[in-house]
Amino acid sequence: MELFESGWGLSLIVFLPLLGAVALLMVPKENESLAKQLALTISLVTFGLSLVLIALFDYGAGGSFQFEADASWINAIDARYHIGVDGISLPLLVLSTFVLVLAIIYSWDHWEEPRNPKAFLILMLILGTGMNGTFVALDLVLFFIFFEVVLLPMYFMIGVWGDKSMRKIPGFSREIETRLYASIKFFLFTLFGSAFMLLGFLALYFNSGGLNGGERTFDIPTLISLGLDSIPESAGGLSGTAAWLIFGAMFLGFAVKVPMWPLHTWLPDAHTAAPTVGSVLLAAILLKLGTYAFIRISIPILPETSEIWAPAIAILAVIGIIYGSLACLAQTDMKRLIAFSSVGHMGFVMLGIATLTDIGINAAIIGMVAHGLITGLLFFLAGSMHHRYHTREMSRLGGNQKLMPVMGGILAFTAMASLGLPGLAGFWGEFMALLGAYNPLPSLAESSLGIFRTSMVLGAIGTVLTAGYMLWMLQKVNLGEPNEEWLGQEFHDVDRYEMTAWVPLIVLILIIGFYPRVVFGATTDAVVSLVETAYGATVTASTGG
Amino acid sequence: MTDLLVFAAEEGAHGGSFSEGGFFADTAGIMLISPFVAFLLIIWLGKQLKNDGAEFAIGAMAVNLVWASVLFFQNMTEGIVREVHFEIANIGLFEGRELIFELGWMVDGLSIMMYWVVSFVGLLVFIYAVGYMHGDRRVPWFFAAFSLFAGSMLILVGAPNLIQLIIGWEGVGLASYLLIGFYWEDIENVKAGNKAFLTNKVADVGLILGAILVGLAIGDFSFPAISEAAAAGNESLGAVAAAGGLLLFFGAMGKSAQFPFHIWLPDAMAGPTPVSALMHAATMVTAGIYLMARTFPLYQAFAEEAGIRPIMVTIGVITLFAMGLLALVADDIKKVLAYSTVSQLGYMMTAVAAGGYTAGLFHLFTHAFFKALLFLGAGSVIHAVHSNNMSDMGGLRKDMPKTFWTFVIGSVSLAGIIPFAGFFSKDEILATLDHEGYVGFMWVAIAGAFVTAFYMTRAVALTFFGTYKGHGHPHESPAIMTTPLIILAVPSVLAGFLNVPGLKLGSFGNFTDWLGARVVPMGDYHPESLDWALAAYGLTAGVGGIVIGWLLFAPDRDTQGERDRVEIPVLYPLLRRKYYVDDAALGLVGFTSGPLARATDWFNTYVLDNIVNGVGGAVRLAGRFVYNGLDQRGIDGIFNGLSAVADSAGSSLRKLQTGRVQQYATSVVIAALVLVIVVVIIQ
Amino acid sequence: MLVNQFLIVAALLFAMGTYGLLVRRNTVMILLSVELMLNAVNINLVAFEAYLRTSEAIGQVFSLFVITIAAAEVGIGLAIVLMIFRNRQSANVDEYNLMKF
Repeated sequence: MELFESGWGLSLIVFLPLLGAVALLMVPKENESLAKQLALTISLVTFGLSLVLIALFDYGAGGSFQFEADASWINAIDARYHIGVDGISLPLLVLSTFVLVLAIIYSWDHWEEPRNPKAFLILMLILGTGMNGTFVALDLVLFFIFFEVVLLPMYFMIGVWGDKSMRKIPGFSREIETRLYASIKFFLFTLFGSAFMLLGFLALYFNSGGLNGGERTFDIPTLISLGLDSIPESAGGLSGTAAWLIFGAMFLGFAVKVPMWPLHTWLPDAHTAAPTVGSVLLAAILLKLGTYAFIRISIPILPETSEIWAPAIAILAVIGIIYGSLACLAQTDMKRLIAFSSVGHMGFVMLGIATLTDIGINAAIIGMVAHGLITGLLFFLAGSMHHRYHTREMSRLGGNQKLMPVMGGILAFTAMASLGLPGLAGFWGEFMALLGAYNPLPSLAESSLGIFRTSMVLGAIGTVLTAGYMLWMLQKVNLGEPNEEWLGQEFHDVDRYEMTAWVPLIVLILIIGFYPRVVFGATTDAVVSLVETAYGATVTASTGG
Repeated sequence: MTDLLVFAAEEGAHGGSFSEGGFFADTAGIMLISPFVAFLLIIWLGKQLKNDGAEFAIGAMAVNLVWASVLFFQNMTEGIVREVHFEIANIGLFEGRELIFELGWMVDGLSIMMYWVVSFVGLLVFIYAVGYMHGDRRVPWFFAAFSLFAGSMLILVGAPNLIQLIIGWEGVGLASYLLIGFYWEDIENVKAGNKAFLTNKVADVGLILGAILVGLAIGDFSFPAISEAAAAGNESLGAVAAAGGLLLFFGAMGKSAQFPFHIWLPDAMAGPTPVSALMHAATMVTAGIYLMARTFPLYQAFAEEAGIRPIMVTIGVITLFAMGLLALVADDIKKVLAYSTVSQLGYMMTAVAAGGYTAGLFHLFTHAFFKALLFLGAGSVIHAVHSNNMSDMGGLRKDMPKTFWTFVIGSVSLAGIIPFAGFFSKDEILATLDHEGYVGFMWVAIAGAFVTAFYMTRAVALTFFGTYKGHGHPHESPAIMTTPLIILAVPSVLAGFLNVPGLKLGSFGNFTDWLGARVVPMGDYHPESLDWALAAYGLTAGVGGIVIGWLLFAPDRDTQGERDRVEIPVLYPLLRRKYYVDDAALGLVGFTSGPLARATDWFNTYVLDNIVNGVGGAVRLAGRFVYNGLDQRGIDGIFNGLSAVADSAGSSLRKLQTGRVQQYATSVVIAALVLVIVVVIIQ
Repeated sequence: MLVNQFLIVAALLFAMGTYGLLVRRNTVMILLSVELMLNAVNINLVAFEAYLRTSEAIGQVFSLFVITIAAAEVGIGLAIVLMIFRNRQSANVDEYNLMKF
């Protein structure tokens, strides 16, 4: 297909949602059904294009960028419009377009106050462009812009459609509306990180000239090939301290987004306050931007510095796993519990990345995909239950299985998937992260094997805690006799829009669970070549230890 | 023990050459899939069918039984070793080689035996359940979840590698959770399910870490590869054998309810009785034994050297003896059987851990029949009297003759009386312990046999003799429930003859030979002829248990239920008044059934359970501390504090903004003046 | 030619304007004060032009610009004052605090 070979196809996937948002502006506000149909069509076409991408992708060359577009953009700072996909970004790009479709289908009949579907759909589509763009950007400036584009729609989603209850925040004298607090917190946290991230990018740019024949560049593949931190300073490379600082600056930006302990505190608030679809997109896609950036930017551009940072990242990741699970056990709000579970799950993803092995990074990618599907579904469910019960307090819920059998069944299924039941998608990420942590990169194995093996054991204990709070939630919410206050009330079980949005997720969770090759088929080559470029061909690690 | 090849020649009736198994081995995967098909069909169509979808469940198990039986027969005649697998993921390079995840199925002596047991017992229990569950709530869901279990169990026993084993392992755990909490309206049942799931999950940490250690040591998760590496004495495998072996054993302890992980099994009796029969007695709880058997070459090659064998045997022996004692004081008939199951699992674990591959598996094989029979019999009684407590039963032998006779057969078999199945399998375990040098433990095991016979006699006496103490008038269960009982009674009597040492079934060989169809020879011990002296000890213990049990419990079978609960220590004078048994025996009996059993029970209830509950509570508290103290006040407090500072700074600055234009203008003018003055001064 | 006397007049005018701007409460008077200040600037511009004699007569040109803009400014200013007066029934600038947060 010409369209894709020339790079236009990929650009279309990125910008079609934005065009759709512009088109939506022209739809009169009263004509809701037209707005919805238009948005759905746009998202479906985008998803369809990404499916074509799957079909045309050359899996034999998963390690190289395909469907590239490379055009000059801002000459003054040598920023280029350079996009492309490889095996690492392909699954995430498809996940992003896919979840957007489901989110639009789900929102068909579920509008939070103050309604206004048109505005909400426009925000969703802009979000779509930001997410897709981040996954394909191969230029640091372009990446930064897409990364930030995501911020605004989500800020408005939370701030306008979010939870309107008042909350007392420790440290503040007044009561504050939850949505305002959450949206501002989300925005400031991310912006704080982004500022450092941009500093890191600029530092890379200004230091890239020496090795690139005097031409500074933001181009990611070029920066990777330069090997900035593996060449001594005298020969034009980075000094150890500079590389360490640059990595640290970028780390701050990405870690906020992941979120890694202790920069996670925006997440429970944002998730709890956000409207259902907002939470879903936040959990399913937005959290992946940070981890993806580690794999795409930090590790390949600064491989040697990554080795220095890796043990620290592993420690933070494991703290996140244990800490997130423990915090879940203290929640009374169902949605907040699910939000905190993300901290734990993303901890496994980061643990995988910290091992710097192809197994660990592969674990991270499938963990990201699985977390996107599973936690996305959990937030859909939490939203639908809140829609019906008008409360998320677990002490008031109970016996949901009796009141709404289908919803209860899906909740139980998803909870099982979330606790990492083998045979469902969530298992592979956790298991392989532990697998990777047992045998990290040889140089890491020499310097800090103990840290990684301890992380493995603690991570495994974390899976027990995960099972604990998930079962506890099921017991509280789903099982037992229904609370008296619900007796005599009619509850509508899952409606058709919800079913349409959820069934594809369930099916995918099962398919990836039993045949993870649908993800690994694309990623393995890419990851292997990434690690090989960064650290050379794998040498035999000392296993005994 | 390291000299493995010496045994290669004598292993199996087929001289070490095995066939590929042909069509049925190629298509054995059907057995792994059919229950899942049944699961989906039941969910989809179950409600509309006359038997609530039991048709699909039974159909799937019938198909499986055909496949398993053909394979069983083929294995008897020619011996099959076959592994079919396909790749589900290539996850990257490990030490320069691709690390690959696979699914598939093993067809060898071990898995064929398991296929057959699961299919045969499963089919009978499913049929029984049609009668037992008739008119209950959510019957389609019951059969769906039961099929889910059967499928997961077959995935587990058919697994050609550790990854698939883990999938099946957690799958049966899930099914167990669903079925223990089958009556989830009562939150106690849900808690029992949670307890089972979480206890197993803790043990699964061992399984998963063990799998990682062993798998990465040789870069391959498949059992044939692990077996071959172990047989070849692979060094990197040997390096992790101690840790990996113990971790895998740790996982096995959870699923097979070994001390101190046994706590979940008695609570698991909250599920419907057919569930207890199939899952928590015959098949699922033997998964741990199966895992030990599957990875047996690893232990055979390295366990002795690594010194982990005594640890494993000790745990097995503690389980088999201490848990048997607990069965003495339970009033709930299902709890008696549950503790009995734990105790018998202890026998199997002891045997496998000590190196008695065939002995452990043979006991697994016979135990599956008579324990399923006992549970189904108990279910039949519960169905009739609507109570689990033996204090509500009594005198049922006349009302329920079929149940009575089959229950007695099961009990006698469990008690290890010749020529019932349990005698031969237990005897082989004793012989193994004797041969491997665990003589002390062998005597404990013999004492355990005494206890076994003792509590089963008590259960039979209290349930079927004396006068009826419950409500209403009990009737024999319908034919759909009694027929499986009668069918199960047959192997409970006869299965022992499949593996009498020195006795071969013509050219078919015997059970040992059938299990001999495996990838590598392992040089495990199996007795060549019956050791009559040992058999006599075991038999004496069994008969002694029955006789003493009968003498003790038969006379006051009407009141024993209450006696047990209130005044056990009074047993001692009671005995002295009515019967003369020599003082040592009296002391032993009094001590075993009184203080020791009580103490064990006390330890179990107040210490172990409290530890478990305490750990749970502590974790919850830790959670609250982390969330409220650390997260909300600590980390979040820091960020909120920062923004609060900014906020208050803003608030105070805001007062300057009055909105009065003239004030602003004044400040502008003043500022301009100041600037002018500054400029003038500088110049 | 001396420019001092022109500058002194302009400075006086400017000071009067500033004083009016800061002190008067009536909005119309404030606008008039602004006009005074602008005119003071105009005088300065013309005076300097006369003193320096540039070929393009920049001072005069600029003062013409200022006059035009002052006219426009007064027009808009009065319109705003009128609107506010209609809404608030007052031309007192102290009551205008819409810009306060």
